[in-house]
Parts: sequence; C-alpha cells; structure tokens
Amino acid sequence: MERSRAQREWRTRVSGVIYPIGVVLGVLVVWEAVTRIFGVPAFLLPPPSAIGASFVANSHLLLSNGWITTVEILLGFALSIVVGIPLALAIFLWPVFSRSILPLLVSSQAMPKVAVAPLLLVWFGFGLLPKVLIAFLIAFFPIVINTAVGLASIEPEKIYLARSMGFGATATFFKIRLPNALPAIFGGLKISITLAVVGAVVGEFVGGDAGLGYLLMVANGSMDTALLFAGIVALTVLGVVLYLLVELAERLAIPRHIISGDKGARETF
Amino acid sequence: MAQLDPSHSKGEADQPYLSLQGLSMIYGSRDGPVRALDQVSLWARRGEFLSVLGPSGCGKSTLLMIAAGLMRPSSGTVSIDGQSVTRPRTDIGIVFQSPVLLEWRTALGNVMLQAEAKKLERTAAERRARDLLASVGLAGFEDKYPHELSGGMRQRVSLCRALIHNPHQLMMDEPFGALDALTRDQLVLDLQQIWNERRMTVLFITHSVPEAVFLSDRIMVMTPRPGRVDRVIGIELPRPRTLAMRETPEFAAYSREILDLFLARGVLREH
Repeated sequence: MERSRAQREWRTRVSGVIYPIGVVLGVLVVWEAVTRIFGVPAFLLPPPSAIGASFVANSHLLLSNGWITTVEILLGFALSIVVGIPLALAIFLWPVFSRSILPLLVSSQAMPKVAVAPLLLVWFGFGLLPKVLIAFLIAFFPIVINTAVGLASIEPEKIYLARSMGFGATATFFKIRLPNALPAIFGGLKISITLAVVGAVVGEFVGGDAGLGYLLMVANGSMDTALLFAGIVALTVLGVVLYLLVELAERLAIPRHIISGDKGARETF
Repeated sequence: MAQLDPSHSKGEADQPYLSLQGLSMIYGSRDGPVRALDQVSLWARRGEFLSVLGPSGCGKSTLLMIAAGLMRPSSGTVSIDGQSVTRPRTDIGIVFQSPVLLEWRTALGNVMLQAEAKKLERTAAERRARDLLASVGLAGFEDKYPHELSGGMRQRVSLCRALIHNPHQLMMDEPFGALDALTRDQLVLDLQQIWNERRMTVLFITHSVPEAVFLSDRIMVMTPRPGRVDRVIGIELPRPRTLAMRETPEFAAYSREILDLFLARGVLREH
C-alpha cells in the first residue's frame, strides 16, 4: 500500500512536468503547421523553427545583451531590498513615521512609473543608472508592504509568550517576529524580482543603447520579427531563472515551513 | 465543602504564595466601557492546584494574564510571596489554549526556546528537554516540526516548554479546550502526574466542570460577565485521582454543586 501511494505520488509529480511540456509542444506544432500551410508572412508571425534558428544565429547578441539586462535587474532588485527592508522596519517600529510616510508611499504607487522613465533619463543620462533606478522604483514597493505586514501580523500569544519567557525586545524580534515574517518577506521578494525585469526592460525601451529591451526595439525597427520573438524568449527565460533563484533562497532560509505549505497546496488541487 | 474566604488568610503566618486583591478590569469598547472583572480576589498556597471555572466571557483568561503580569488591571494588586507584581513574570510557565509553537522550530527547538530565554546551560537543558518530551509520550518526535504533530502532541510540546526551567508556578489558560475528549482525558492524567511529581503551584483556567473537579485542590467558580468570585469549592478527593473516580457519588456531588450554581446564575438553563 505504501508502495502504490509512493507510485501515485511519483506519477502525479511526473505528470506535473510532462503535461505542460506536452501542451507547449502541441502549440508549437500547430503554430508551425499554420504558418506553413497558410503562408503567413515571416514579419507578421514567423514559424517556431525560424525563431529557433534566429535564436541560435543571434545567440552571442542575446547573451551579451542579456547580461547587461541581468546586471540592471539585479542591481535594481538589490537596491529594492537595501531600501525596502529598512523602510519597512521603520514603518513597523515608528508609528509616526508610518503615519507620515505610508500614505505618500501608497499614493506614489498610483503614479505610472513608466512615465517617470524619461525624466530619469534627463537626469542620469543613457547609462546603467537610470535603468537600475526604474527597476528599483517598480520593484521596491511589494518588499516594503509585505515586510511591514509580515512583521506586524503575528499571533498576540507569541508576543505574550516571549515576554513571559523573559526575552527582551531585540531577542523577541530576531527569534520570533522576524522568522515569523520570513514567508511574507519572501512573498514580496518574489513579486519584486519579476517587477525588476519589467523595470529594466522599460528603461532600455525609453533610452537604451544595450540590453534585451534595446535589442527588441532594434529588431522591431528592422522588422526582424524572428529576432523579436527570440528576444522575448530570452527575457522570459531570464525572468523565470531569476524567480527560481529567489525561490531557492526562500527554501534555504525556511525549508520546512514552505515545503509543508507546498504539500498542502498540492493536496488541495 | 470548605468555603474559603480570601480575607481569612490575610496576615496569617503562612502567607499565600499567589495573592490577587480586588482585581477589576475595564476595557474600552465601541459601546462604551466593558467591565470584564469586578473586584476579584483570590489566593493560592504554594504547591496548590487552583482552578478558575466559569462561562465564556467571564474574564477568566484576563485574570490569568493579570496574574502573569502580562496585563495591568484597572485596579487591584497582584503579589507573589508578598512582592507586588508590576512586570511580566518570567519565573512561571504559561500554556495557552493554542500551543503557540514556532512553526520553524522542531518540537525540541520549541522547548529549548524557554532555555534560550533563561540562558540555561545548553547540553543540560537539552537533556532535560528530551526527558520532558519523553515523559509526555513524545520520545522519537523531538525532531518533528509542529505541522507534523497532532493537536494533542503540540499541546504536550507547549507543556514541556512551560516546564523546562522548573517554574514555581504553572499558568494554564484552557489548555485542553481545543482537543478531542480522549486526548483531553490523557492530557489531564498527564498533567496530574506532572503536578504530583513536582508540586508546583498551578493556576488552571477552564470551563470544563469534570476537568476542574478532577485536577483541583480548590475551584474558584466565577459568575458571568462581569466576572466575580461566585464560590470557592475545596475538592477533598484522594490523590492520585483515577478516571473511575469520576463515576463516584463524591465526584458527582462536586459537579452537581457547580452545575447548580451555573443554573442559579443563568449560565445553564434546563427548559
């Protein structure tokens, strides 16, 4: 019985990988067939094979530009953490600070940050900095909110317990409140890393001379739709890899807690 | 049935260990101030098992929080060995209704949290933690995380955490309220065993009549909100008490007395 259960679990896990791959392959085959049968012009919709060929032919270009975009994303993300977490701490620790800053912060999020991009270009030129800043501006907010909420939301009994045990404020924070908030903080980091990708690409759209966003603009200008698609694929892969890296960090920081959550989710679906 | 008045003990040579004098608690709420406790006085001898029994909302949990120094009463005083309590007491063990375990720590790690707070020597404390866990039937579960344990097991871990530093007093706030009847019975027996071995002072908050009669030396019955002391009942059943004792006329008489009190106060209604 144990064995059949293990087998069933293994089968579920394998089908969780096989089925989506099957769907993607199916879509690619239909796509290829449709473009060939109906003779769709390549500048409108190139067949997957042409996109693959373009990907291989331009792999050097994609890699070098991808690296630049990666640096922008990571710097923007790092800046989001460095600014976002202390800001969240301040919001949590000082109610006056929270009351004065939080409303401004929230309303600032209503402003489309893409619209600020040209301004940053005027101020900081065409180099790395404006892209990093745009990535930061888009990405830091979820970290602030999730960290502040994570720190504030704790069962009151845990705090009572800490006080009756004799933990001081610092020990309570590091031994109980911070670990308690880690799942929420990582939730914010995961949203943030995907937003940082958006921010970097927007920055390159507006005023770039390098990077995957810039490459997309160039491909667009020269009607090289196959390269455009190859660039989109590269950006997607980059986004997924960065997301998975954050998830890996999460698993290292809070292994048990998250694994149990995953299991629960898998059982409900 | 001894009815003990707290004022009798005042000034006597054997001063009570725990003494609560004239505690009142008034909360502000949307509908104006709410009186949760009204002039509650009680005391406990060293090593005594004292239960506070009352309907939901009579302020008995508030009473425990005040006795633990975690809340300030609106008026009245708390003292331990004649010393007035003004800050959270760290010499006690607390068990809440929920286990309040840290999800990211193992059973052993959760028990050791108390040792870390008290800065106990690590190896000795860990040995003690393992012994404690084994004594409540959790040998082999030391490295399990809370989500891998049943509700009863989690509450046992919580109990071990409250005991590892050999507290003078154990404070329990409806500790078995969320458990099924069978697990409850087992934990009540476990608790009696632990108390028998150590004889620490226990303040036990409950709304279960059989639980209170089974475990207590004395039961303080409270009125519905605002909580007042209704009657203090001394339980003179021999120890250690057994499950079979719950079927005896003596046990039934105590239960009857309390139920009659609840009926008289409108806590229970026989239609």
